[in-house]
Amino acid sequence: MYYDFLIYALVGGIGLAIVAGPLGSFVVWRRMSYFGDSLAHSALLGVAIGIFLEINMNLAIIGCCLLLALLLVAMQKQRIIATDTLLGIMAHSSLSLGLVTLSFIEDARVDLMAFLFGDLLAIVPQDLVWIAIGGLAILALLYRYWPQLIAMTINEELAAVEGVKIERVRLLLMLMIALVIAVAMKIVGILLITSLLIIPAASARPLSKSPEQMACLASLIGCASVVMGLLASYEYDTPAGPSVVVAAMVIFVGIYLLPKKYANQN
Amino acid sequence: MNTDIVKLESVSVSFGDKEVVKKVTFNLHTNCITTIIGPNGAGKTTLVKTVLGLVKPTAGSVWKQSDLVIGYVPQKLHIDKTFPLTVKRFLKISRDISQQDIEKAVESVNISKLLDNSIHGLSGGEMQRVMIARALLREPQLLVLDEPVQGVDINGQIELYQLISDIRKERGCSVLMISHDLHLVMSATDHVICMNQHVCCSGHPEKITSDPSYIDLFGPASAKTMALYSHHHNHDHNLHGDVLPEQATEHSHSQECQH
Repeated sequence: MYYDFLIYALVGGIGLAIVAGPLGSFVVWRRMSYFGDSLAHSALLGVAIGIFLEINMNLAIIGCCLLLALLLVAMQKQRIIATDTLLGIMAHSSLSLGLVTLSFIEDARVDLMAFLFGDLLAIVPQDLVWIAIGGLAILALLYRYWPQLIAMTINEELAAVEGVKIERVRLLLMLMIALVIAVAMKIVGILLITSLLIIPAASARPLSKSPEQMACLASLIGCASVVMGLLASYEYDTPAGPSVVVAAMVIFVGIYLLPKKYANQN
Repeated sequence: MNTDIVKLESVSVSFGDKEVVKKVTFNLHTNCITTIIGPNGAGKTTLVKTVLGLVKPTAGSVWKQSDLVIGYVPQKLHIDKTFPLTVKRFLKISRDISQQDIEKAVESVNISKLLDNSIHGLSGGEMQRVMIARALLREPQLLVLDEPVQGVDINGQIELYQLISDIRKERGCSVLMISHDLHLVMSATDHVICMNQHVCCSGHPEKITSDPSYIDLFGPASAKTMALYSHHHNHDHNLHGDVLPEQATEHSHSQECQH
């Protein structure tokens, strides 16, 4: 059917927004947005490797993001270079490596804009399977490790004394974020993925009294942004990723303009 | 006789080239309150973190009774404002904790009316009580408090000290705490350890209940909960914290906790 691609994009986008809600909340709470950005940039290297080695592109992207997350954890152990510098180096090196690699592939008809800003037409049913598997795995892990993740976010030392394996849980969170970014790339594009994580979570903050509430609200707001953005993108022929982000921004501004009595800002 | 629950055997901790804790040896027993005092930068917090297992000693050994449950009340808990959190949610550390458990814990530290408040608007003393409640929910055998009365006014200090000694009486747990004051410690303290990188001296605090000048100054309630610790150092420190050459040894390091 003619509308199929729109349905696919909507289903994929909503699936993504659901997992991006809680994970984005952690990105906001733990100030990891630069980390998300760096992982997203490395996704382009995954695309290039995927094309170059002729392997499944989704696998290549996921592998590349996970590898970068692990590399970062290992590199953080040294104390000479600060984490934000390290992230900056990794983000731009991997983006450039990806672009350079792509330029070597002569016959590849790569639509760079689609990777950078997302493409509605790029989503095929096979991608929905990836989103479903990845999303369900992340939701299950989030449920299983929720108390530990929350305890660690409140205070790592307190959590450690209470028996939380900090290193393990921190790595798990990084890997989950890497997985979401890998899957989200097709819909919102490399340059805009972090916004899908942080804008809904930041919008949910003034309306929430508990971390659980904030995570769920962030999912809902993310879903609303995806639906509004994708429909607008279809209607007005605007790029998919930026349209979703603009929709999220409109919701964000709207919530912060609400009178204080509706929004508790403690 | 009280049994040991934690044994530190000549524990040293270095950060880079700097040795923060030097060959510290002491034991913690059941049903015993130990207070660590010492100047800023003396390594008190580092030593306590070694007991908690947060810092690995560079030399020496830390032995803990197997399955020892420790409740930890850190010096300061900075919770990011972006994290929405009520007192009740803060106390629900795991899915197994019931509403009754939480109510019991908040009652024992007198913060029942704060349960639905946001954690971000609490005063220093209220936050200390909330953190103590969280530590108590784990039913600890050892309660570790890092400067629990820092930044709390004198009446608040008396109340907190009273609360801590009540908790010990009620639950029979051991307490290890750091005091910010070099001379005034909680009167229920059984054992004081004065440290400046190494253990300078240790012993019992002296009751000041009967000292009229002190009662005049702080009132009878304070005299009951506070005690004076008189130091008996056999050495002096220079400005860098290094031990100066000895003149004459007057006292030996001794006096363990006796009941």
